[in-house]
Amino acid sequence: MKLSSGTIRLIIPALSLAVLLAAVFYMQPRAMSYTGLNLLFNLAVPIALATVAQMLIIAVNDLDLSMGTFVSFCACVTATFLQASPAIGILIFLCAIAVYAAMGIIIHLRELPSIVVTLGMSFIWGGLAVLILPAPGGEAPGWVRWVMTSRPPFVPMAIVASVIIAVVTHFLIMRSSFGVLIRGVGGNFRSVERAGWSVIRIRAGAYALAGFFAVLSGIALVGLTTSADANIALRYTLLSIAGVILGGGEFVGGKVSPIGAVIGALTLTLAGSFLSFMRISPDWQIGAQGAILIVVLALRLFLNRLEKREKNR
Amino acid sequence: MTEAVLKQEVVAARGIKVTFGAVKALDGADLIIHAGECVGLVGHNGAGKSTIVNVINGGLSPHEGEVSYGGGSGEHGISVARANGVRCVFQELSLCPNLTVNENVRVTHSELKGWNWRARALELVRRQLEEIFPGHGIDCDSTVDDLSIAERQMVEIAISFSGANERPKLVILDEPTSSLDAGLAAQLMAYIRRFVSEGGAVLLISHILGEILSTSDRIVVMKDGRVVADRAAKEFSTRSLVEAMGNVVRELEWQRSATARSCAPVLTMPPRKGHGLPFEAHRGEMIGLAGLGGHGQTEALLDLYLSGNSNWWPERQRDIAFVAGDRSLNGTFPLWSILKNLSIASLGQLSSRSLVDQSREDLLGASWKKRIEIRTPDMVNRILSLSGGNQQKVLFARALATTAKIVLMDDPMRGVDVGTKQEVYEILRAEAKSGRTFIWYSTEMDEIRLCDRVYVFREGAIVAELTGDEITEKNVLAASFHGDEAA
Repeated sequence: MKLSSGTIRLIIPALSLAVLLAAVFYMQPRAMSYTGLNLLFNLAVPIALATVAQMLIIAVNDLDLSMGTFVSFCACVTATFLQASPAIGILIFLCAIAVYAAMGIIIHLRELPSIVVTLGMSFIWGGLAVLILPAPGGEAPGWVRWVMTSRPPFVPMAIVASVIIAVVTHFLIMRSSFGVLIRGVGGNFRSVERAGWSVIRIRAGAYALAGFFAVLSGIALVGLTTSADANIALRYTLLSIAGVILGGGEFVGGKVSPIGAVIGALTLTLAGSFLSFMRISPDWQIGAQGAILIVVLALRLFLNRLEKREKNR
Repeated sequence: MTEAVLKQEVVAARGIKVTFGAVKALDGADLIIHAGECVGLVGHNGAGKSTIVNVINGGLSPHEGEVSYGGGSGEHGISVARANGVRCVFQELSLCPNLTVNENVRVTHSELKGWNWRARALELVRRQLEEIFPGHGIDCDSTVDDLSIAERQMVEIAISFSGANERPKLVILDEPTSSLDAGLAAQLMAYIRRFVSEGGAVLLISHILGEILSTSDRIVVMKDGRVVADRAAKEFSTRSLVEAMGNVVRELEWQRSATARSCAPVLTMPPRKGHGLPFEAHRGEMIGLAGLGGHGQTEALLDLYLSGNSNWWPERQRDIAFVAGDRSLNGTFPLWSILKNLSIASLGQLSSRSLVDQSREDLLGASWKKRIEIRTPDMVNRILSLSGGNQQKVLFARALATTAKIVLMDDPMRGVDVGTKQEVYEILRAEAKSGRTFIWYSTEMDEIRLCDRVYVFREGAIVAELTGDEITEKNVLAASFHGDEAA
């Protein structure tokens, strides 16, 4: 049977997640339980949402360097406004999503590099977050807390949430017309333009959708941590990019995979726990995490090359 | 005009003028296409074929003149053209490579919305492929990336001819057979005839004159942004087409250096793609690479360059220098001074103990400034303060200032004014006389005629070698275009 390149793209992330999981179970058999799995993957849910958001931006050949500060900002809004007066909180989120759409429009119209625009925006989000919550604090809204800590039967919430995110975004990005257009813009925007579509609208839509998922990420994060801080999610910028790439996405060409992105986020979270179980000191953990990334990406490059050789023959 | 009354106009472009900077791409061209005819469009590089196609499909607004669809008049633009049933298959493949075939159908046909569009798109493209290329064997569920080049082209053609609600009225095919083999090309031509007989219109651009002559009802010949001939296809033959494309009047002769070519060649290359002629260059020769744009000349230059220089480990003494054609893309360093732009290739010779000797660099700059007359008060001015032609002179000086014995040039005179061109030609002549070898890809016939020897490229291989007095526009054109039977 001939495998499509999309399937091959998914094999490596799935395989690396399985290998990591097996290693964790081997070292710590007690993790093989309902509570253990929940603890392992709990923090993956907001990261997975942020990764999906980043993936949407990467799908149109851009990069969002403000993801971390934006998720922090959303977490601060969740812990304050959304908790105290939900209507104002939702309004703020709607405005934030509108700002994301506007960012897409500006980047398209002025042909600006997305890196510069989003880097600039990251300071704005960071500043707003500090203004809202100068010191760590706030409180998670009850319903958010309830959703994130609910205990569905048999399978822990973290896994259920990840599967739901993967399935929903798969349908949104890979199956729906809008998703096809977003990826089409990444693959060859001229062809989309020549077919009579408004690329500016598609790009704005992709950015707005990314903003929406980043908002969800902030809410989910507060649901887990119960309070927020202006710097709570700064790591998410690089984590989300790494998650997309780890999950089989590529920086240019609209080649992304939502299922892969969620798996990538899970792998990244698991890599942290794995290194703790290995008793590697926190000083070395970041380096070791990088090493895992390099190994996985090297594997993928190798596979790509094999595939290319096959095609040329 | 009487014909226009008989048949319905699909598209009419009248008196179109388009200029890009100083270059007149279209200079009052007329092109009228009626329903139920196949129009062949031929012309040499820069004749304005692609420009007029872009005007018709709405991608480019003419600076003067008028485009009307279906006899009506008024608006112009991509969506207007599409709404009037104009579709286009471009020379460079224009599918989204990351999407599957049916997703590409969805992108092209916006009317395919609603539930279950995937199945309908699949059905549409499958039926159309079967109609044009029976027995094609393309899996329409696979990603375009996974298809071969020929399959991609077939899919693109099928998508353009298919219609979800209504069939296209005019399909523009720009070199549709460039990656199809003879059998598939014949299937396509047969389909074009069927499509036309059912009332559709086709604008066919091809370098294979046999195709044009056998398939078109009418042939339009363009030259220098104008339509120079517009007659029924029956009145043309391969020979008369080539003559119509050429320019018979101008025949300036240049004194060619009749160097003895007894010594061994300095650079050789086996026949490309396994057929055609081998390439060789001798000392002090000026060799032209001719043919239509994009037929493998740039690739040949790059291969020649890599045969002399390592791909990833720079050598101190390089034998081959390269003058890039696209200044802004891979020629100039826009933020640097003129002097730095000039000396970058010869820093090895200018430095001692890996530090650049500034006085020697200044000396080099001053001498080249005088020699090729770079018009600037000071060599430390930014390179972008120069005119395009002077920037190009700096790039030439960059290559000539090195010790390289061979200079490769990738159509370097794009958008350079006539005066500067003449100055550069003089310099090249002088340098060739002193023993340097120039290999020059040019899309301009005047420059090709300056060369001692010319290789004509077609479809990635060298198909003809012309020497001395054989280098005429007519011979080059005849070799660039396919004859009828000789496939």
